[in-house]
Amino acid sequence: MSRRPFTPKVVAANDLLDGDAVWLTANDSWTRDMGAAELIEDEAIAEDRLIFANAQADRVVGAYLVDAEATEFGPAPVHFREAFRTRGPSNYAHGKQAES
Amino acid sequence: MYHYNDFDKAFVQERVNQFRAQVERRIDGSLTEDEFKPLRLMNGLYLQLHAYMLRVAIPYGTLNSRQMRQLAMIADRWDKGYGHFTTRQNIQYNWPKLRDVPDMLQALADVGMHAIQTSGNTIRNVTADHFAGAAADEIADPRPVAELIRQWSTDHPEFQFLPRKFKIAVTGSPNDRAVTKAHDIGLRMVRNAAGEPGFEVIVGGGLGRTPLIGKVIRDFVPQADLLPYLEAIVSVYNLLGRRDNKYKARIKITVQENGIDDIRARVDAQFERLKGEWGGFDQHLLARIEQSFAAPEFKTGGLEKFNAGREANPAFRAWTDTNLSAHRHPEHAIVTVSVKKHGATPGDATSDQMRALADLAERLGYDELRISHEQNVILPHVHKSDLPEVYATLREHGLATANVGLISDIIACPGMDYCALATARSIPIAQEIATRFDELKLEHEIGPLKIKISGCINACGHHHVGHIGILGLDRAGVENYQITLGGDGTETAAIGERAGPGFSADEIIPAIERLIEAYLTHREGAEETFLQAYRRLGMAPFKAALYPEKEGV
Ligand code: SF4
Repeated sequence: MSRRPFTPKVVAANDLLDGDAVWLTANDSWTRDMGAAELIEDEAIAEDRLIFANAQADRVVGAYLVDAEATEFGPAPVHFREAFRTRGPSNYAHGKQAES
Repeated sequence: MYHYNDFDKAFVQERVNQFRAQVERRIDGSLTEDEFKPLRLMNGLYLQLHAYMLRVAIPYGTLNSRQMRQLAMIADRWDKGYGHFTTRQNIQYNWPKLRDVPDMLQALADVGMHAIQTSGNTIRNVTADHFAGAAADEIADPRPVAELIRQWSTDHPEFQFLPRKFKIAVTGSPNDRAVTKAHDIGLRMVRNAAGEPGFEVIVGGGLGRTPLIGKVIRDFVPQADLLPYLEAIVSVYNLLGRRDNKYKARIKITVQENGIDDIRARVDAQFERLKGEWGGFDQHLLARIEQSFAAPEFKTGGLEKFNAGREANPAFRAWTDTNLSAHRHPEHAIVTVSVKKHGATPGDATSDQMRALADLAERLGYDELRISHEQNVILPHVHKSDLPEVYATLREHGLATANVGLISDIIACPGMDYCALATARSIPIAQEIATRFDELKLEHEIGPLKIKISGCINACGHHHVGHIGILGLDRAGVENYQITLGGDGTETAAIGERAGPGFSADEIIPAIERLIEAYLTHREGAEETFLQAYRRLGMAPFKAALYPEKEGV
């Protein structure tokens, strides 16, 4: 009965028109701020939400689940790749870091 | 240079129209992403970490000023005012919007360019020596043959679904600047005993997960037999190549698993079958293509201004020492324009820089430009008396860095700043190394040294053939950089050897510094390059420098 604890997830994708990183919110919309995304604590729900995201082909591309942790600013990335996706490239102030 | 004929124009225009309709149908929901993805990839449109990316082919790296200006216009109008030149002699735009891509492709088609076959399991953009048609050491300009290969391979009905992608590189010089031994097929122009030009054909080279140096399948294929011979190789591979495992699908694995002798026998048999069908049409075509690559009429007029410029201006002199190469015409030089200003992103040029280069090419460079796989821009033909003016103009645009072939002339793939496949970043490492050695004012003393950085095992940054190679990996959720030493991408090609455990992002710059100190300590003199010293001394002294705490244990 020793199942590994489930790491909380958010659903990530790219916006269809802009290609920008987006995350799924609890009210089924897509946000460009990961902190506003839905933090999913249950594996079965995560699978469910991913299926929902994949059906949103007119809005987003390439949905996938990423590890996240709860912070006072909402869900935050655990892995550096996903952290970069919340900011943009490091060689220019382009992407999200330029917009905020 | 080659200009599209009516057939090329009609074909490219049709593809633009098709893709425009496909994008519309994707946006209105009648195409799913699964249906659309192969279509967009066929047109060079990728999805990366922060945006789409459009990869545009620059066949054998050759551009004229009009095309370069158009690339600048595209960067301004639909991207963020710059483009990234890649190790495949392509240009990539990092920020296109899906809706704009058909217009971008139209703008490319208007100047005879496209993004076709920059993705997918097809024969990709044919690359060539970036000094082609200009180099003093060249047997003949390899670009007519490269163009012939481009025409043969573009939309080739049999070769649209190969087991895996397929890359061909061509050089006309004994000094290999096109990394021919690390391509699926490498072609080196040679002459036979009778003095006729032909090609040494190398197959099965490649970097990536399983780096291999190509093997010579034929030491001489007459120019007239080249296309049927290539067709024979690719069709043998098309049947024999493994489609069951993506990691074993490249021809290098086919050659490794079956042996070069077996492949040679199959190719020879296939060649005999095909040769008769060929009928010499390609040779007519080649003769026509050759006319469009006729060398310009090189002007003469003495070298006084050049020599006076070198006397008067030490900065100009330093630049001429590093950034010029020998031209086949004695009063001309090949200029390598460094797109590697210390601390800047390797291979990134702003639209202003592109326009400045286009103007220079038009005014003083016989309207020719090249993109090198080392991510620099070449002005292949400049009369030496015009060099002071070229240099002054380059300076105004931040393009006069005198570092070609030195430690800061680094190849770096986009890595995890852009690329969805990356395991770590590569650009910041290149920026830091260049900045650090500029501060130390050591790079001219260090001399010729090639550092190449990839952000994952796919090795787009050619790290295996860097004198110092750096591979970015993800080690338990932290960026980690593995060093290889002794790689070589020239005619004496070699795959670099792993030095040992990797370094964190904080440790990698000091590690490179220790490596360089060890080289400076152990070299026999300034004439002995890093690579030569490594070949003489082996790994030991460099390993000791990289991992000092291990000493004396
Ligand atoms: S080497 Fe890897 S990270 Fe770099 S561009 Fe190629 S696939 Fe992307």
